[in-house]
Amino acid sequence: MLGLNKRDTRFLLIVIALTLLTPFILQPFPEGSALAQFNAGYPDLMQRIAIFGIFAIGFNILFGLTGYLSFGHAAFLGVGSYSVVWMYKLLDYNVLPGLVLAIITSGLFALAIGYLSLRRSGIYFSILTLAFAQMSFNLAYSVLTPITNGETGLQVYTSDPQYLMSEGEPITPHLFGLVMNESYKLNLGGWVFTFNIGYYFTAVIAILAFYLSLRIFRSPFGLMLRAVKSNQTRLNYTGLNARPYTLAAFVISGMYAGLAGGLLAAMDPLAGAERMQWTESGAVVIMTILGGAGTLMGPVLGAGFIKYLEKIFSKINENVLEGWFSFLPEPLREVVVWIFSRFTGEGWALTLGLMFMLVVIFLPGGLMEGGERIRNLIRRKKNKPGDGASPDGTPAE
Amino acid sequence: MSKTKLTRRGVLKTGAAAGTGLALPTIFTGAAWSASDTGFTNAPTGPTVTLGFNVPQSGPYADEGADELRAYMLAVEHLNGEGDGGMLNSFSSKALNGTGILGKKVEYVTGDTQTKSDAARASARSMIEKDGAIMITGGSSSGVAIAVQGLCQEAGVIFMAGLTHSNDTTGKDKKANGFRHFFNAYMSGAALAPVLAKRYGTDRKAYHLTADYTWGWTQEESIRAATEALGWETVNTVKTPLSATDFSSYIAPVLNSGADVLILNHYGGNMVNSLTNAVQFGLRDKIVNGKKFEIVVPLYSRLMAQGAGENVKGILGTTNWHWTLDRPGTKEFVQSFGKKYGRPPSQAAHTCYVQTLLYADAVQRAGSFNPCAVVEALEGFEFDGMGNGPTLYRADDHQCFKDVLVVQGKENPTSEFDLLEIVDITPVEQVTYPPDHPMFAGGDLGTCNPGA
Repeated sequence: MLGLNKRDTRFLLIVIALTLLTPFILQPFPEGSALAQFNAGYPDLMQRIAIFGIFAIGFNILFGLTGYLSFGHAAFLGVGSYSVVWMYKLLDYNVLPGLVLAIITSGLFALAIGYLSLRRSGIYFSILTLAFAQMSFNLAYSVLTPITNGETGLQVYTSDPQYLMSEGEPITPHLFGLVMNESYKLNLGGWVFTFNIGYYFTAVIAILAFYLSLRIFRSPFGLMLRAVKSNQTRLNYTGLNARPYTLAAFVISGMYAGLAGGLLAAMDPLAGAERMQWTESGAVVIMTILGGAGTLMGPVLGAGFIKYLEKIFSKINENVLEGWFSFLPEPLREVVVWIFSRFTGEGWALTLGLMFMLVVIFLPGGLMEGGERIRNLIRRKKNKPGDGASPDGTPAE
Repeated sequence: MSKTKLTRRGVLKTGAAAGTGLALPTIFTGAAWSASDTGFTNAPTGPTVTLGFNVPQSGPYADEGADELRAYMLAVEHLNGEGDGGMLNSFSSKALNGTGILGKKVEYVTGDTQTKSDAARASARSMIEKDGAIMITGGSSSGVAIAVQGLCQEAGVIFMAGLTHSNDTTGKDKKANGFRHFFNAYMSGAALAPVLAKRYGTDRKAYHLTADYTWGWTQEESIRAATEALGWETVNTVKTPLSATDFSSYIAPVLNSGADVLILNHYGGNMVNSLTNAVQFGLRDKIVNGKKFEIVVPLYSRLMAQGAGENVKGILGTTNWHWTLDRPGTKEFVQSFGKKYGRPPSQAAHTCYVQTLLYADAVQRAGSFNPCAVVEALEGFEFDGMGNGPTLYRADDHQCFKDVLVVQGKENPTSEFDLLEIVDITPVEQVTYPPDHPMFAGGDLGTCNPGA
């Protein structure tokens, strides 16, 4: 189907099912129960997981396939956001023109930055991209204030022209009248599931983005990119110039980032300069590595994982902890709450850091490798009662 | 899957009158568009009501944020009838009775704005969408406050601004669902100018260092206008990034500029660092143009004075409120805060505490949590006993009007908290401006949005 072999088709179908059922998957606990704290099925977070999934998928095309580690992808994210908000200001709240412009402008940006940065490889390439991104951030933050509105962030005012705005049109982002922040809530027993238009819009785009990346991974172009990663010198000796390929990969991943940035502004009509800061660039690197660089599904998992930690763990403040450990005697409770509060609330980044260290040390292939290992473990156990021969040609010990 | 969903929606839209269906354990009972059954976003249905406290817990304003959070927790205690009641005893409106708001116990959720508009909006959205917050309050940066105010207007919840001093919050960017108790940059300029003229004369050359965002811009504009009206000359204005921590490269050029007054349009950690740098460079011991070099910090707070230590002595500025101010409400609040946290509250804590009570009171008087009813109850509301003296919530722009304090760093502090002394209490008439004043023009309040 769709130019995919049977295995990939099944893979794609699983991804589609997971994406569409996210409102259920992220809402495992009934409302009002003690564990409802860990529910994550609300629009903002679901949208963010899908959007950063797209961002990470795009980043993975560059980093996972060619091995070029860019530390400047946040610049494209910001460019995408600014494009969309400008389209709101000039045309109207329909997200489509903005998203198209976001992909185009971020592509052009990526072309310019990539053309210069790809003259070097390895650490020098990383530093160059980082420098360009920080430059863009500082431009957006202060120099280009008329275009970006600096620290306050670019937003839409009632005094903006909005040439295409018609009577009765929604005054929040929408797609031909489908308002992004509108949701349908389903009460099932104690559970409340939220189906948000904005989420399904991003989810459909995320699935398309995933499909495209799947095709790139399986294409001759993808193979060429892998060749760049495994040994670029050898590739050069065979008479091939690798740079057009790497530049193409860089531009494609830049456009993915621009699309993600545009979607951020499509869900919430504001573009802040912080989106271009190096911390965002670092975040996408961490997402990709945490999930599993070079795998198709890994970056999406990593993105979901980090956003979940950021939003849910950071909500567990000392007050909540006091509630959880109220059964402990007073002095002991204070100690326990103190310890836990270092890792939750404002301390969520500490938990992330620990997780990242553990993954990099024990699971260099990221969460995907973890899943693989568990699956192998189960399979081996299943086969044990039989003859003990390992399946899939795993070497016998 | 989606097919069944659609039919179910169709069926239930017609029968949505049944209400929430939350308590019914039967499957497939009450589904409806998020708020069509109540008329406004996050209408509280259970025995509790949730408020969202969105404050900076990291970044240059983290100190203010921490103190704001303390004040919010104290306000919740008092609303729920715990503790000594604080300002509820002195507040001129007696609608609140210590049984929560409209009989519902007050609960709260907290979030970190990181002093970034993006992060602040994300945090506020999750409070509204996940936790069902009916009101968002906080912010210790005008950029953040404006961004969150816009979000609340779209989402249909009330925004009670915390510490935000930019003219734009109730000027260019004002929103019907947003309210500000704190004073603003124009008021600082109007209150400070006469004192500056008296102390430093009318022939001065000023050099501005300004935090590069909405608050800094409007404060620079306001102070510049006020001082130039005195006859001062503005030599130069330089913008500094909010994230800056070292200002020495900005201070050095001041020495050769011929200026004899440095105006620091900085707040929080920024001000602590820039003032410290300025003093290290020996600016305060200099004689320029035959006059002693002076530093002015138009927006002052005790937390900043604490951070800057010795350096603040004798430096002039304005503040919304100070814990030594002798007005009804101050004593009650300071006592109650001090008993719980062992320190007097800052002006940030004060405004946040007051905003929470004002919101609760407005709901109580309106008899409904509906944002539009709350807006109506707050517009044109006159009150007293909140520490500032008689105060008006002006209907035209949702800005509070009250006396403004001019303060200076104390020469001989008696304790680590007694760092500022009140120089002058500027009466409210002197800081009042028409709603269409050019510094506030260009905005549109719009109409209140109850959401859904």
